Formats: sequence, C-alpha cells, structure tokens
Amino acid sequence: MKLHEITLTVNGTRETVSVPAGMTLLELLREKLYLTGPKEGCGAGECGACTVLLDGRPVTSCLVLAVETDGKEVRTIEGEATDGQLSTLQQAFIDAGAIQCGFCTPGMVMSARALLERNPHPSDAEITEAIAGNLCRCTGYESIIAAVRLAAERGEK
Amino acid sequence: MSATRYVGQSVPREDAIPKVTGTAMFVHDMSFPDMLHAVTLKSPHAAARIVSIDTPAARALPGVRAILTGDDLPYRLGLYVQDKLILARGRVRYQGEPVVAIAADTLEIARAACDLVAIQYETEDPVLDPREAMKSGARLVHPDLHTYSYMKGVFAPKPHTNVAHQQKIRKGDIEAGLASSDVVVQGRFYNPPAPHVPLETHAVIAHALPDDHMEIYTSAQSPYTVRNLLCLSFDLPHANVRVHVPYIGGGFGGKAGIQLEPLAYCLSKAAGGRPVKIVATREEEFGTLPSRQGLHTNITLGATNEGKIKALKVKYVWDADAYADYGVNVGRAGAYAGAGPYNVPNCHIDSFVVYTNKVFGTAYRGFGHLEVMWGVERAMEIAAHKLDMDPYEFRMKNVLRTGDTTITGEVITPGHGRPDKCLQAVAQSLDWGKKDTPVSPNKVCGKGIAALHKAPAMPTYTSCSAIIKLNEDGSADILISGVDMGQGTYTALRQIAADELKLQIEKVHVTWECDTAFSPYDWQTVASRFTFMGGNAVIEASRDALRQIKEVAGIALHSAPEHIACENGEAHVDNHPEVHVPYEKLALGYTFENGNSVGGPIIGRGRYIAHGLTNLDLETGQGLPAQFWTYGAQGVEVEVDTRTGEIEIVNMVTALDAGKVINPVLAREQVIGGVVQGLGSTLFEGLLFDDEGHLLNGSFTDHKIPTAKDIPRHTEQIFIETPQPDGPYGARGIAEHPMISVPSAVANALYNALGIDFNTLPLTSERIYRAIHKKRTDQ
Repeated sequence: MKLHEITLTVNGTRETVSVPAGMTLLELLREKLYLTGPKEGCGAGECGACTVLLDGRPVTSCLVLAVETDGKEVRTIEGEATDGQLSTLQQAFIDAGAIQCGFCTPGMVMSARALLERNPHPSDAEITEAIAGNLCRCTGYESIIAAVRLAAERGEK
Repeated sequence: MSATRYVGQSVPREDAIPKVTGTAMFVHDMSFPDMLHAVTLKSPHAAARIVSIDTPAARALPGVRAILTGDDLPYRLGLYVQDKLILARGRVRYQGEPVVAIAADTLEIARAACDLVAIQYETEDPVLDPREAMKSGARLVHPDLHTYSYMKGVFAPKPHTNVAHQQKIRKGDIEAGLASSDVVVQGRFYNPPAPHVPLETHAVIAHALPDDHMEIYTSAQSPYTVRNLLCLSFDLPHANVRVHVPYIGGGFGGKAGIQLEPLAYCLSKAAGGRPVKIVATREEEFGTLPSRQGLHTNITLGATNEGKIKALKVKYVWDADAYADYGVNVGRAGAYAGAGPYNVPNCHIDSFVVYTNKVFGTAYRGFGHLEVMWGVERAMEIAAHKLDMDPYEFRMKNVLRTGDTTITGEVITPGHGRPDKCLQAVAQSLDWGKKDTPVSPNKVCGKGIAALHKAPAMPTYTSCSAIIKLNEDGSADILISGVDMGQGTYTALRQIAADELKLQIEKVHVTWECDTAFSPYDWQTVASRFTFMGGNAVIEASRDALRQIKEVAGIALHSAPEHIACENGEAHVDNHPEVHVPYEKLALGYTFENGNSVGGPIIGRGRYIAHGLTNLDLETGQGLPAQFWTYGAQGVEVEVDTRTGEIEIVNMVTALDAGKVINPVLAREQVIGGVVQGLGSTLFEGLLFDDEGHLLNGSFTDHKIPTAKDIPRHTEQIFIETPQPDGPYGARGIAEHPMISVPSAVANALYNALGIDFNTLPLTSERIYRAIHKKRTDQ
C-alpha cells in the first residue's frame, strides 16, 4: 500500500506521519496519534462526535482524508485544556450540567469553541445553529446551549 | 432523619472532568497490542433458509485469523427465552442477522474477506405483522419454540405458534363493567419499532484465555448479567469469566443484556486466544442490534356520565420481531401497568408478545410504558371528549388515590406517591383551561395533558450490593456494579455516602470501571432502580463502615463507641469535641504513641434485595410486581402550522413524584433529556420496513433523532416529594419516566388545537398535514 508522508500541527505539536491515501483524519488522530478524544459515532459525517478544528474551522474528521491535512493545523479536545487547567468553555459545560454520557462532549465542545472564536457573543439561535450538527441523545441540548452561553458571558473566545 | 449536607444539593458530577477533556476511556478507545478486528456478514433477507456458505476464498486472504459460521456455534442465548444463536444456523429470521463472522489483523482485511464469502439462500415469505403472525396457520418464525428453555412460572411461550408470551390481567367483571358504563369508547393505536441510538455504538473486546477463562471489556449496562449469561451459554464456572465495563456512551436499554460479547469470545478462541474487538457500525446499531418493539393496541374504555371509569379492556400485540430478548418482559410489564395510574374496577388485558421477521426488540427507556401510555392516554382523552368533560378533570376523577386497588391487586398507600399532585402541578403550570391566541392566522394552538406511571420491571429477587473501603488519607471509595452511563447515579451515591459517613464529599469517590472480579454484585443497570437499590446498599455499607470507625475511635479516645460522634471526616467524644481523631488515623487501624495498634483497614459492606414481590399469576395477573411506583404527569402547549402540519413545542412541563430529589441539577437534566428523547418518538422516529421486511431507514440520513433545533421553546421540571418509605432518603427512580407520556400529551394537544384524533406514531408533519387536509375535504 502506498504511503504518503504528511506534516501537520496537532494541538500545537508538529507531527510527520506516513498515511495511506484512504485514511481519514479521524483514523489518523485515534489510531496513529492516540488522540481518542474525538469519537466515531457514525463514520458518515452525520453525528458530529468526531468534530475537530481544521485551520480553526469545525470539520467532521471522519469525512476528511488525512492527506488533505498536510501543512494544516488541527485542534482536538485534547488541546482544549492548558497545563491541566480546564478552559472557560470546558468549565462552563460542567457548571451548566451539560454532560451526561460524555460521548458527544468532545465534538460538542469543539463546535462551540469554533463558534466562540468567530463570534464571542452569540445569540441562542446562533449557538443552536453551531451545534445543530452534533447529536446528543442524553441531555436534550438545553444545558449545552446554556453552557455555551455561560462561557460567552464569562469571556471565553 | 437528620438534616443532610449533600443529599438534596446539586453536587457536580465527578465524571465531568474526564468527559470534558476527552480522557474518559470508552471501549471504542481501547486496544491491545495483538488485538484483532472483527466484522459480520449479515443476511440480506428477512426470512430464508441458508443453503450453503462458502468461506475458502476468505480464509485464504492473508491476515484473516478466524472465520465462524452458525455451524461452529451450537450455543443458545436468551434472557428469558433461549431462542437465539450466536450466528444464524440453518435459517435467518431478519434482514441484518449476522451469519458469518471474520476476525482479521485489520478492519480492512476483515471487510475484504467478507466480500469473498459466498452464501446461498432460499428465501421464504417473511411474517411481518404480529397480528397476522398470531393467526393459526401463520408461518412459524421459530418452529422449534416448544424445545426452547425459558423462565418458567413467569413466561409462557405457546408451542407451535409465534406467541413468545401472553400476559393476562383479570380484575373484577369486565362484561358487567362495560354493561354498567354510560359511555363506551374504542380505539386502535400504533407505535412503530424504534431504535435507541446511543451516541456510542455497541463495542466489545474479548480475550479467550487458556483453560476456558475469558476477559471481556464491553459497553454493557449490566456487567454481572453479561458474566452470568456467558457462563450459562458456555457452561463455564463464574470464576472463569471476568467482565470489565469502563465508561459507556449511553445505553437507554439497548445495552442492558448481552449482545456482541459471546461472538467476540468465540472469535478470540478460534483465533488462538488473540483479543478480538467488535465495534458496531451505526448501520448495525439500527439494523442488526435490537430496538424498541412495535405495539398494536386495541382499547375499549367504559365510564359513567359522571366520569368514573367502570371498565377497561385492552389487547396489546407487541412486535417481538425475531427474538424475545427483553421483549417478553416488556409485554409483561406493559400489561401490569396497562391501565395507567387510574382506578379501574373492572379490567381485562391480554398482552401478546409475537415473533415476526424483523430486527428484534429489547428494553428501551420506559420499558413498554411509553407505548402503553400512548394508547391509554389517547383513550382517556377520547372518552373525556365523548363525555364532554374537561380531560384534566376526567383524569383527576379517576387517578389512583390511597385505598384504591391496582389492576394486579396492590392497595395504594400514602407512601406510594401522588399522581394527582403531578397532574395538578402540570395543569397549574400550563394555565390549563386558558387557550392561547395564535401568533398568525395560519397557526393554531393547543394544550394537552397526560399522566404516567412506571415501576421497575425486575425479578422478585433482584439485588444489589456495595463495598466502601477507607483509604490511608481517610477518603472513601465506593465499589458497586451498577453502571453510570450518564444518568448520574454515581454522583447521587457519593452524596448519600458522604452524608452517611460524615465525610466531606471531596473525599468520597465511586470507582469508575466496573469489574466483576472486584466490584460486588448488582443485577442490572436498568428499570430506574439503581439509585433506589444502590442507594440503599450504599447506606448500609456506609453505616457498617461508620460503626467500625466509631469502634476504633472509641478505643483511641478512651471512650465507648456509642459516645463517639463523627463529622467532617473526624471522630470525637460526643460532649468533648476537642477530644478528636481524624479518619485518616483510623482508616487502616489506630496506632498509639508506643506503637500498639488496634482495628485494621475499614471496609463497609451493604446490600439490598427486593422484598415482598411475587410472580404474577399466569391466568389472572394478580400479584405484587412493583418495588415502588413512580408517578408523573406531562403537559404540553403546541403551535401547529395548518399549511405544513409542522408542530412547534412551545412549552413542555413534566412533574414527577421523585420521593426525594437527591441532586436537583442532575434530576432536572435527566428529565429534559428524557423529554427530548420522547419528542423524537413523538415527532419523527420509528423504523420502516418494505413488504419484504427490508429496513428502509437504518441510518442517520434516513432516520433522524432530535437535534438542537428540535427542542421545545421552553421546558419545566417539577418534582413532588412524597417520601418512598423504603427509598434512600425517600427517593424513587425517575430516569425512564420523562419519556413516557410525551407522545400522548402532544397528541392530546393536537386534538385540542385541531379537533383531530391521532392514533398512530410518529406525528410527522406529513401525517398531520394529511389529516388537516382530509378534515377540510370531509367538511
């Protein structure tokens, strides 16, 4: 199988890896870089559990080929806390009671992260729109929307 | 009971930090160095004979380590009826049923090998409608049903039919009751089968070890049930099987029993003992793994002109689909709860669980009650309209009250909880009776209300146990085998233990991974009984540990144990707080200055077993099935666009008699999540099959679940607290209940808005639009 050498930045660290053409970004992250925070809920870009930021934009990493990320910057849930300190956004998820089983949480946080970076003071409608591609079966979303609102109020961006 | 410091407070969940940082480890995330990956090849037909299976080409593919077919696996599985094989043998009973399993070095090789397997089928006409399947002469889904073993005295599969179980309820004289009714209404109602859709699909890693031992890592709700059923199926001593359950990504009943574990074990064994991982794809989650059963309901309800119910006659026909799994027990629970929380003097229920050729049914949050309450609460509504009585008033006239007798002969006591208060609270919150003005000429508004009840559906001997061990620093670990799959029970147990142990909550932890080698027995994490039974076990374990703390503290402080008081992780002489010793000096034993030591490591032990329950009489259904009932009511205000049939949920109110709310934020979250899941069942969820039994919507593209855009504009959660006498701090379970009467409340609101009765779920905008259109045409 032909391998392609690519270099990308993952959570601030440069990584050079050899990947087959058919490997997805999600597989690269989970199986080669051991970043298992992004989850596979469907493998078809429908559930959002695998959401990561590619050059600052949220993508479903199960639909992005690893070779496409050559020279790009990827951020995952593992890069959200710094020096063991939760980000304001992460703390807001806890304080708003926005977590139940936790399987959608990493993708949900990353979608919210992308929103707050482009729009630090979103309306509830904008929050809803930003997380509409992230499925959650536990919470009913109300507390997740409240968490993103709370993070914005606390100055997360 | 003394005042509590933590019980009743919104303590944040400890698992939030690993989950929000992505470090919580699910089976999906686990691997072993020599691990193989397995996939299954599934039947494309709903009903067929397997003529031949050719595997040599697949076996020849490099990297393939094991291939199994049904002929290799003579083991029968089943919770209540042992009707299932690990892989189909001889015949397939639903489209999507696994026929061949392949383990290989990589997932890609395993999938490529599947393409090299040739299977020849001889198709048969599938049996798809359970009402047809019940008729004599119907083709049998399980011709050998009479040879299967099953749980005797509780279930009754009918030999040489498709009926896996019939539950009868007989109370009073149904014919006399109907004859004495002034008004009799009849209705037919339907719920489609529906998938659970946990975000984490089923996943398992099995490791077959020498000497018939095995280790299993699985996304299961019930580690001990997985262990027990593995031992029974493979005839192994319990010591040979160790089951680990790490974090699991939602279950909702779909992970309650045993699913992929036996296959993964057999593959591992066939591959020389290399660990084998199986992760269900989303499509397998829809079409291969079990769903909620469909239900056909036929109700006759009689009442007097004054609005008192005299008689209720119901025929429930459950679509068990290919295998009974939990389905037979859903049919049993649906029957004994099948009159709703109402006083029905004359009741006659037949609840049939019937095999057909579709993906099989199992437990799903609510365990039959959402389905049953759909029919009951729609029939209540229709009766109220026929009586020209306010639907709320009609319910209040009939709701169960102290002294009433349920349809299985249980007498309601003050400790049972108050469905009337729940109805009242919902009506008050909705401003019942006052109709809102629509915001535009194309919109109409409506309000609907429905009651609910549910008890844990569990064996009479269900039990749970807990161990609390104290650590060197005076902190405490709770070992327990119920699983916290997001519902938050571990946080509630921490709160209970902290109060009981007189210890700061920061020093109380639940050990997260369940491991049958170390965590003490619990039956299953189902039925909304974990806070109740686990809470009681933790109380007993805490008191046992506290007794030991006081014994050693008495010696250390030169006092008697009965004169030792504890608070904040310290023991002191009751009238001399200055004479004290911290738990950390007692946890492993107390050492005097000269080196003498007393006590020893403190371990508290607690247990709880269901008590006073009886099996239901197979002919009359009389008996005591419920350790406790949780009552509730739900009300909704909807806005319907008459041009499109689209519904907006303006306000959704839920009231539950929780007995005691251990953690208000978690309880509230549980209710909101359940309500939105219930709205999924109400508005658009349900599996669709074509005439040949092929699943038409087995993916997220074709089967939607609610997104953030589908939630109510406003929700409200109300908790009534009538203490449950034997509940921990008076608490009852509330986890399943918020789903139960969402569909019926919404349909009742639609009647209020449109004057149209909807009796089939889901209430898609297309269905509503067509009904509006038909009504206009008819007029």
